Amino acid sequence: MIALKNIGILAFSLLMLNSCKTENLRLSEIEGKRITIDTNLQANTELEEFIQPYREHLNKTLDSTLAYNPKSMNKSQGELNTAIGNMMADIVMEQANPVLKSRTGNEIDMVLLNHGGIRSGLNKGNVNARSAYGLMPFENEIVIAELTGEKILEMLEYLERAKTAHPVSGIQIEMDRNFKITSAKIQGEEIDPELTYFVATSDYLQQGGDNMNFFKDPVEVYNVDYKLRNAIIDYFQKTDTIKAERDDRFIRKN
Amino acid sequence: MKRRNFIQQTTAATAFVGLGGLSSIAMAPVSKIHITILHTNDVHSHIDPFGPDDARNPNMGGVARRATLIEKIRKENPNTLLLDAGDIFQGTPYFNFYGGELEFKLMSKMKYDASTIGNHDFDNGIEGLYAQLPHAEFDFISSNYDFSNTVMDGHTHPFKIFKKDGVKIGIFGLGVELDGLVSKKLYKETQYLDPIEIAEDMSRKLKEEQKCDLVVCLSHLGYEYQHDKISDIKLARATENIDLIIGGHTHTFLDKPTVETNRAGKKVLVNQVGCYGLYLGRIDFYLDSQNNIETDGVKIAV
Repeated sequence: MIALKNIGILAFSLLMLNSCKTENLRLSEIEGKRITIDTNLQANTELEEFIQPYREHLNKTLDSTLAYNPKSMNKSQGELNTAIGNMMADIVMEQANPVLKSRTGNEIDMVLLNHGGIRSGLNKGNVNARSAYGLMPFENEIVIAELTGEKILEMLEYLERAKTAHPVSGIQIEMDRNFKITSAKIQGEEIDPELTYFVATSDYLQQGGDNMNFFKDPVEVYNVDYKLRNAIIDYFQKTDTIKAERDDRFIRKN
Repeated sequence: MKRRNFIQQTTAATAFVGLGGLSSIAMAPVSKIHITILHTNDVHSHIDPFGPDDARNPNMGGVARRATLIEKIRKENPNTLLLDAGDIFQGTPYFNFYGGELEFKLMSKMKYDASTIGNHDFDNGIEGLYAQLPHAEFDFISSNYDFSNTVMDGHTHPFKIFKKDGVKIGIFGLGVELDGLVSKKLYKETQYLDPIEIAEDMSRKLKEEQKCDLVVCLSHLGYEYQHDKISDIKLARATENIDLIIGGHTHTFLDKPTVETNRAGKKVLVNQVGCYGLYLGRIDFYLDSQNNIETDGVKIAV
């Protein structure tokens, strides 16, 4: 009976689709529909039993506790910086910097992610790999774009327009009440248009995601072959209690 | 009015196939051959059904349920082909954990006949796809990806011909342009060839040289775009010799196939069933072996 509800009725009488050569087969009628897969169908026992050990292993791994989170966080708690966003940007800095350093000798100056890329909150209590899949279900990789000082200024203009708590680390930004930047320092220093800066982000954003066009033609892009989600899982694994706070790294002053 | 009634009757009869083994074939001359094509696309590693609390698709999907349905349809009609239009990989931790092994093993158990390759099937790199091939007991059909300088070389077919009850069904496969969609680091030296040119060539070969009765295109191009990009709809209009395009990529939920007119004025069916294994697409072809057939029309009831 499942089949019934999805049958659309529309009829066409038309020319032969194709005549069939050797065996005189002629196409006379075609019917098309879709069938819903839902609880009206019993699961095939053999397949169910086949899946079971995979499912158990996966759930066991996803649900085993990695760290403790003392307070619930979500991305709407804060105007221009949030505890959860700060945590994610700081994780990228902490986990990816040693890789970049060992590969190139350079260090990450700052991190910029996107607010929309925080895909879930983080509840108070035990944190596991499933939490990391919730935060970052996509396969985005961390990349480091080497940007000119001029591109950094374009980034700041972007942030003025965005007026959004895009997660940052390594940079300190102050805006006035009209979201105009009054001060911006990377690693505690004024931005020098003559210098280049190593900015860690996701491959998605580097390739122009969220209209972050200042990332598009960098001096160089460095891969660290490190998925954002794996960086989060590795960080949770080595951390006993998560200490993430909203702070003054990106603020608006009245 | 009369015709409309007749067709309603026919579709109603088809709906009861599962219950009584009745179908429109029972009302037609005995010489009719019935071919069923079942299809999925963009299943994206969705092995378990969505839970009851899921916001979008509560209690829907699930591979083991799909297997039950497929088995039932095969019992009704052994002349059934089961196809997938790509993006088997990526979307649940099953893929992250097992790299696609379970997806391929389950598709093999369900006796999929063939699949084409979607952009996400490169997500663990072309080596990641290659590594899972031993788990796939079905064929990969890809006509417009040139894998010559990659590990996939020799592991895909430009087309395949299946014979069911004397009916020759030719299938070719088209993939979406990878540049800009998949990182080059993942697809390596895979060359993307123009889908329309390839489709023209393949469908002509299958229809005219190989004398196929039905020509099916397994496509991961996407259903339709606002901009200039090649899509299933554009492909249907711009070619001839294709009877059915089974699509994917755009996660388009069609409740019935779209009927397009091709360059030669003939009808082409385009179908796509969304994503995540929420639906199974079903197309039934009835072929008549009578030589002295009176009518020269094909009835399409969708």
